[in-house]
Amino acid sequence: MTYLAKPRFHHPKLPTNALGYTRRDYEGAVSTLCAGCGHDSISAAIIQACFELDLPPHRIAKLSGIGCSSKTPTYFLGASHGFNSVHGRMPSVLTGANLANRDLVYLGVSGDGDSASIGLGQFAHSIRRAVNMLYIVENNGVYGLTKGQFSATADKGSLSKRGVANHDEPIDLASMALLLGASFVARSFSGDKEQLVPLIKAALRHKGAAFIDCISPCVAFNNHPGSTKSFDFVREHNDAVNRLDVMVERAPIETEYAPGELVEVTQHDGTVLRLRKLDATYDPRDRGAAMAYLQQQSAKGEVVTGLLFVDPEAADLHDALSTVATPLNALDDAALVPGAKALDKLNASLR
Amino acid sequence: MDGRGPGGVGGVPPTDIRNPDYFHKVVDCQWACPAHTPVPEYIRLIAAGRYSDAYMVNWKSNVFPGILGRTCDRPCEPACRRGRVEDEPVAICRLKRVAADNKDDIRHRLPAIPAVKNGKRVALVGAGPAALTVARDLMPLGYHCTVFDRDQRAGGMIRSQIPRFRLPEEVIDEEVGYITGMGVELRLGQEVRSLQAILDEGFDAVFVGTGAPRGKDLDLPGRREAAANIHVGIDWLSSVSFGHVERIGRRVIVLGGGNTAMDCCRSARRLGGDEVKVVVRSGYDEMKASPWEKEDATHEGIPILNFMVPKEFLHEGGRLTGMLFERVRAEYDERGRRSLVPTGEPDERIDCDDVLVAVGQENAFPWIERETGVEFDRWGLPKLDPVTFQATNPRVFFGGDSAFGPKNIIWAVAHGHEAAISIDRFCRGEDVAERPPPGVETSSQKMGIHEWSYDNDISADLRFRVPWAEPEKTLRSISVEVELGFDARTAFAEAQRCLNCDVQTVFTAQLCIECDACADICPVDCITFTANGPEAELRGRLNAPSVNLTQALYLSEDLKTGRVMVKDEDVCLHCGLCAERCPTGAWDMQKFLLEMTHAGHACRSH
Ligand SMILES: Cc1cc2nc3c(=O)[nH]c(=O)nc-3n(C[C@H](O)[C@H](O)[C@H](O)COP(=O)(O)OP(=O)(O)OC[C@H]3O[C@@H](n4cnc5c(N)ncnc54)[C@H](O)[C@@H]3O)c2cc1C
Ligand SMILES: Cc1ncc(C[n+]2csc(CCOP(=O)(O)OP(=O)(O)O)c2C)c(N)n1
Ligand code: SF4
Ligand code: SF4
Ligand code: SF4
Ligand SMILES: [Mg+2]
Repeated sequence: MTYLAKPRFHHPKLPTNALGYTRRDYEGAVSTLCAGCGHDSISAAIIQACFELDLPPHRIAKLSGIGCSSKTPTYFLGASHGFNSVHGRMPSVLTGANLANRDLVYLGVSGDGDSASIGLGQFAHSIRRAVNMLYIVENNGVYGLTKGQFSATADKGSLSKRGVANHDEPIDLASMALLLGASFVARSFSGDKEQLVPLIKAALRHKGAAFIDCISPCVAFNNHPGSTKSFDFVREHNDAVNRLDVMVERAPIETEYAPGELVEVTQHDGTVLRLRKLDATYDPRDRGAAMAYLQQQSAKGEVVTGLLFVDPEAADLHDALSTVATPLNALDDAALVPGAKALDKLNASLR
Repeated sequence: MDGRGPGGVGGVPPTDIRNPDYFHKVVDCQWACPAHTPVPEYIRLIAAGRYSDAYMVNWKSNVFPGILGRTCDRPCEPACRRGRVEDEPVAICRLKRVAADNKDDIRHRLPAIPAVKNGKRVALVGAGPAALTVARDLMPLGYHCTVFDRDQRAGGMIRSQIPRFRLPEEVIDEEVGYITGMGVELRLGQEVRSLQAILDEGFDAVFVGTGAPRGKDLDLPGRREAAANIHVGIDWLSSVSFGHVERIGRRVIVLGGGNTAMDCCRSARRLGGDEVKVVVRSGYDEMKASPWEKEDATHEGIPILNFMVPKEFLHEGGRLTGMLFERVRAEYDERGRRSLVPTGEPDERIDCDDVLVAVGQENAFPWIERETGVEFDRWGLPKLDPVTFQATNPRVFFGGDSAFGPKNIIWAVAHGHEAAISIDRFCRGEDVAERPPPGVETSSQKMGIHEWSYDNDISADLRFRVPWAEPEKTLRSISVEVELGFDARTAFAEAQRCLNCDVQTVFTAQLCIECDACADICPVDCITFTANGPEAELRGRLNAPSVNLTQALYLSEDLKTGRVMVKDEDVCLHCGLCAERCPTGAWDMQKFLLEMTHAGHACRSH
């Protein structure tokens, strides 16, 4: 951390987006995390993505649990709505907020401790209910905030800073999200913004439960030899299956690709995801294959990254519940309290 | 890696930060200062209230801090990085004055003059800033210096031309006195009429610092008939400075758009000219005077009339009555060259009692005989080695306005330092072409995890204005100083605007783990981690538009991922946040103090 506020001066030629904001307008308070923490890079990627998508900051809600990762919403989107919930409870608070006001863009920020231990159940249910959100786990394999105990995502056999091996099987949150029906699943790395920023953009524009497992080295407790969540390990074992470009409207393809090299996916809202294949056989529209590939590569010690799966036509929780298009918090009293007659009618229909 | 591959093809080589020019250029103000004054170093001393120390840093580099703090042409300010970050540069010049005005007695800090001389005698022709700088550098080395000037008092145009309301006489006396007080032999009131005679006196070397002493005249109809009320600007100004002229007519026309014109009109305004007008051939923006000089004149109610070409002096019965001007407009050809073409409107008549002609200065060397071996070019300027200032007679050196035509005080000082080095080497029989390298010191500013020995919290203040004395008071006297100087509190706040560009960001590639923390925190997006490539293409891929090609890119060696760290120096705030955020200490903030080596110091070739 630093004690100084970041100077307000910005680059004189810093571009502005369609709303007239610079990227700096999407920043928050100065971070109090350890210098070099991967989480700060993810914050920077979120800022960049929201800027590029021209999102009005006051139409975004950021929610989190407890942990260094869950502290980060303070450090980005200073003009957005925020809710710092209790440990592992971000998903239910987010679900409730989403039900009350479906018009906001929901960003859930969590850690591997927050989501894979105390909040595992909440994580699972929010995904399987298809809450329309981006759920991002800043995954460092440890409980950073409480001084570096192994978390449930730490790989079996990986070493703690003091050299002790982890004996438990890891939880792979990306595989779980696939299994639970998430309609957008990606994995990325805090040290690779070229990959991460487009993934965040695509996920923010995705309808349904979008999940990103972002490996984010903890420089204080988990960036040593023997760790499988260190900068060096992830860089050496990074198996990126594709590269993504996100276009709000379809743009002409300028670079030449060999047949089969390029996949285009159009999401529900018209956003075009243009995927350049790095692995010729990988198809991000095949959930079963994605799950198999993750298993196979993790057995080899490889970290699969990229857009792992997308279902562009997914439905969300509101579709399932057939809620009205108007956000519940915008309905007037007459609509919300229709009176005794309406109640009688409803009761009668249930008899 | 964008298919470019690690290292890139035809990539930029890593920056050699051991070359002193690299970091020197980052200190924009110091690089732009002809004498390379360590500006941020003295600004920090002013902020710390250490005025005497700040003064001495200046004195060493530019010899006349009190004078320059009021009159310098300040090439440092347009160069100042702050001007690229927000609206206006740091008020560098006026901070210098703060050091001069608030210092203690510094006489004991001046260099000691050896009682036993080295036996070498140097003649200095002219007692202007160039020659005085030569004396200042040579006296401490044991030279016997003899200064000749036709004026009765030393100082050159600093004393004869710059009006007192901009520069009080006490300030000139004090700073000229520091040098003459070193035991310089003064032969004042003595015009030199023959270089040969000086050479014949057996001096080991001669320095010519006679300036550009001739004011240009305007040979128009009526010039001779109305001569009594037409004055050449610089001659008139020196008569004012030396008290020979105390009044001028009520209606005055000043011809010309340079500094001299501005001093003429403001002086005339104080000597009875109630209606003073400046008339300029060209447009307002092309005028040679500095923007602040034009503002000062306007502030004193002096109109500036542009695009009017003088045609004729009007007179009646041998008395000047007015002037006739032709109206013109600017036209540009395909190559962008300007010509002034008549608009066809009728000529304009302006009535007046006096005219001051301030249309330029010329060099004149009627006293330098061809036989001395000193050659001149077709513009009448001496043929000189551009680095050593040595003339075609190796015993003769030039500097200041006499060397390359009229410039300003700080250039005269810079020339003087260089000429002194040449003279010293020449007198010792050393190769004059060999120049001593600058002295360079680097020191880490780190004191703790987030603690630095400089103030890295960037001030958001805008430039402070220097207060002025009441115009009712200043316009009534030729010698009441207009500017009052910053008070201590404002000086501190203005000093805090300095970005400390000499505190350099120093990168160690081996320590970097490529976590991006520095790139993320940098408020002005200086830092990018990317594949190397040819410079023009690389600049196009940086995190922020890299359009200022005069500013360097700092490149690291290849990092672990095969990428490089690229820092665009252009708008770095030197806030140190990159270094505070770096988990491994790959960034460090190091103060880079560069001081020019003057005559006789260190680094002798033998
Ligand atoms: C009106 C005016 C205002 C100016 N204002 C500024 C300003 O605000 N800031 C700034 O930086 N610059 C200013 N300048 C320019 C500045 O004064 C000169 O560039 C500077 O003084 C040059 O220094 P120098 O040492 O080369 O010679 P000078 O200062 O010109 O000194 C030369 C000396 O040589 C003497 N001399 C000449 N010939 C002989 C001879 N044959 N025998 C004996 N002595 C001789 C002269 O009497 C004179 O004293 C101004 C100039 C003018 C005309
Ligand atoms: C109910 C509850 N139990 C335990 C804790 C202690 N605690 C604080 S943060 C944390 C783990 C955070 O780990 P993670 O979500 O991975 O965040 P990181 O700090 O690693 O980013 C724990 C167990 C708590 N705050 N609340
Ligand atoms: S900010 Fe300070 S150090 Fe930087 S160029 Fe300006 S005066 Fe010089
Ligand atoms: S000192 Fe570092 S963080 Fe600050 S502006 Fe310069 S490069 Fe950026
Ligand atoms: S913060 Fe330090 S370690 Fe991280 S990328 Fe920057 S220089 Fe490298
Ligand atoms: Mg964690």
